[in-house]
Amino acid sequence: MIEMFEEWYKSRHEYAKEWKDKTGGKVMGFFCTYVPEEILLAANVLPVRILGSHEPQNVTEPHIFGMYCPFCRDCLAQGLLGRYDYLDGMMIAQSCLHIRQAFTSWKKHMPPEFTYYLPMPHQVQSPRSIPFLRSELETFKGAVEQWVGKEITDADLDRGIELMNASRQAMRDLYDTRKSANSPMTGLEAMYAAASNQWIDKAEHTAAVREALAKELVGRDLGLGDKTRLMILGSEDDDTAFVNMVEGCGSVIVTDDHCTGSRYFWNQVEPEEDRLLAIAKRYINRPACPTKDWPQRTRLEHVRMLAQEWNVAGAIIIQQKFCDPHELDIPEQRKSLGEIGVPTLFLELDVTVPVGQFKIRVEAFLEMLAEEDLF
Amino acid sequence: MANYPTETLLSWSKAKEIRETYYKNYAAAHDKGGIRWVGGAWTFDAVPAGLGGNVYSLTSEPYGASCAFNKDFSTRAMEAAETAGYARDLCAYMRNYWGSILMDEYAFGGPFPKPDFIWQDHICCSHAKWYQVVSELEGGIPMFCVDVAVGPAEPFGTLTDSKIDYVTGQILDGIEWLEKTTGRTYDDELFIEACWNDFRSTSRWAQVCELNKAVPAPLDEKTMYSLYVLATLQKSWGVVADYYDELYDEVKDRVERGIAAVPNEQARVMSDTQPPWSALKLFRYLEQYGVVSVGSLYTFGLEGMWDFDPATGDLVPRPMPEKKPTTREEAARELVRWHLHKPEYQHFYDCDYKSQMMVAICKNWGLSGVMLHYNRGCEGLSLGIAENRLAIQEAGYPVMTFEGNMGDEREFDLGRTMQRVDAFMETLGVKKVAA
Repeated sequence: MIEMFEEWYKSRHEYAKEWKDKTGGKVMGFFCTYVPEEILLAANVLPVRILGSHEPQNVTEPHIFGMYCPFCRDCLAQGLLGRYDYLDGMMIAQSCLHIRQAFTSWKKHMPPEFTYYLPMPHQVQSPRSIPFLRSELETFKGAVEQWVGKEITDADLDRGIELMNASRQAMRDLYDTRKSANSPMTGLEAMYAAASNQWIDKAEHTAAVREALAKELVGRDLGLGDKTRLMILGSEDDDTAFVNMVEGCGSVIVTDDHCTGSRYFWNQVEPEEDRLLAIAKRYINRPACPTKDWPQRTRLEHVRMLAQEWNVAGAIIIQQKFCDPHELDIPEQRKSLGEIGVPTLFLELDVTVPVGQFKIRVEAFLEMLAEEDLF
Repeated sequence: MANYPTETLLSWSKAKEIRETYYKNYAAAHDKGGIRWVGGAWTFDAVPAGLGGNVYSLTSEPYGASCAFNKDFSTRAMEAAETAGYARDLCAYMRNYWGSILMDEYAFGGPFPKPDFIWQDHICCSHAKWYQVVSELEGGIPMFCVDVAVGPAEPFGTLTDSKIDYVTGQILDGIEWLEKTTGRTYDDELFIEACWNDFRSTSRWAQVCELNKAVPAPLDEKTMYSLYVLATLQKSWGVVADYYDELYDEVKDRVERGIAAVPNEQARVMSDTQPPWSALKLFRYLEQYGVVSVGSLYTFGLEGMWDFDPATGDLVPRPMPEKKPTTREEAARELVRWHLHKPEYQHFYDCDYKSQMMVAICKNWGLSGVMLHYNRGCEGLSLGIAENRLAIQEAGYPVMTFEGNMGDEREFDLGRTMQRVDAFMETLGVKKVAA
């Protein structure tokens, strides 16, 4: 099953089109992991996260000023190039300005039948944010009901919550296997599993993860026990070529703090009578995106915990060029990890990665980490 | 070749005095037994006013712009921020501000005055994070920040009770926090008065801008920058509200007498986003062509309050609330409702809202073309600017773009921008009328 995640990663569009043909259901493209997928699943809609393709493109220049991050331009390019032409709906939950611009340009020039902007609160540390988000979720639920022409009942919401929670738990279990001194899976395999989870039918993906855990990963030895253990963190990252290069230099990536990785599935919805309130609490209390991590810096403690529990020797901070929210965290993040003895390497990514240049820097970083062991 | 009479603005020196007093008051606050707070130009500055008469603020964006005007100071501030590990593509105001702390230099002389608390609001990704860093750089200044990003107001969206409750609730929590943080008793009467001044300032500024529909335009945008800035400093200050009343009377009189800002006016344009502050001579260069920049959605709507009617395509000053609030809750709620209608908030949700308002200005202020500043120094106000360009062109108005940075002069090329202006003027069919 491990290979299936890579296949799903590479054939996301074919998968979604086949899913539509098979089920007759609607597909919703979404731009940020603050989107409450529970409600979409309750309406039997397939949520599909829109990501870039990591290929150079020349179609977004008239729409997005060049100082905006390569990720948002790469995402918009996918729309302009017609690669998501099967979407029935498209939505965003309010996060950073950059991805918002990709959403609004897409909506303006290629609107699907349903679009939605969910004003996900930024002040998640205020107790006022939960009732506000609950109210917004109710409005959103009503809009989805109107779109699909069907009422979303409590039983539907329970099913959506259960599907998401089961998926989250399976991914947590999968990541836990990487705590082992000899991780049974590579960082690249984990990236394929985590990213594909954002567009594959949840029940199907969870079943695959469970099967991998039960049958493939038990006792699996890839000879990773003597590799240098690293974590990756920072802006959105599903750059498999980059991860492959890093692991090819004698390291293994054992955990991450990315919205394409652990931040997406970290915490569960705690069921309660008021389902929308329960969902709201989950999104308010999830590991924060930097856009919402204020006035206290909760990310520092969370990332330290990841580094310690997964026993990493070093961290690579991956920065999408021009990503201001992460740039505003990086000096403190580096300081915080340094205080617990985890050195960091800072790399700035564009749509394509200069693998040769980065390889030299990664090798130097790993050499430095090895020296620390030596002396 | 002057087509129209012109005169110096009589209230100009008063505007300068108010600005100077503001910055001096902040620096000297502790000498007078007062307290100091910092926050953004959009923050609800009426709220800390309830702490007493000797509470002085420093708003960060106009401070950052003042730094930018002084190239040497700004360059050193930028380099200090970069040395501390902050990326050079971050907000330029923010880097000027952090650099001032790191260098311990106040742009108006002396060491950088340390604030007692931070009172900020948040809609741009940089707003709260800016002050998170300020708090850290200053050794842990208490900080409170109000999230105002609840979605578009009418006519683009609907401000439901829940949205108003969310923001109002944060303000009411903030008042309790202010009392606890400063040890002062909060005075609701002072707060209500400050809210009323805020409404007066922001409504009246829009009315002043509306007068610029006249031909010849009584004000040019370079001058307007020195006038609107008072609202960015402290819109809830009675001195500012009173000044705008006086300014309105004077500008109205200029319109009635046909007094021009640019005496050889032959064409009208608008800009967008903050200008490159170290190169305002760009606007003087336009005057050689007899071109007046009559403002922008930025100059009109950063602090001015307007209503947009999509049916007619009109942008009109928002009328004052019918009556003065009488309680803390009522005032907070009215303040929130008022500010969530701010034109410059709307584009954070969809570039199309801003395009509609920009086209309204083109139409109602009689413009020949538009100059868009692709501003690398401010991601918030540059949001959607490329789509704005397409929409304005589609509406039939020629658009010139130029890339620069409002606060980091290392990213602005005046010579090349002037060459672009030359080409744009040729497009508009306008020839130089002065050397």
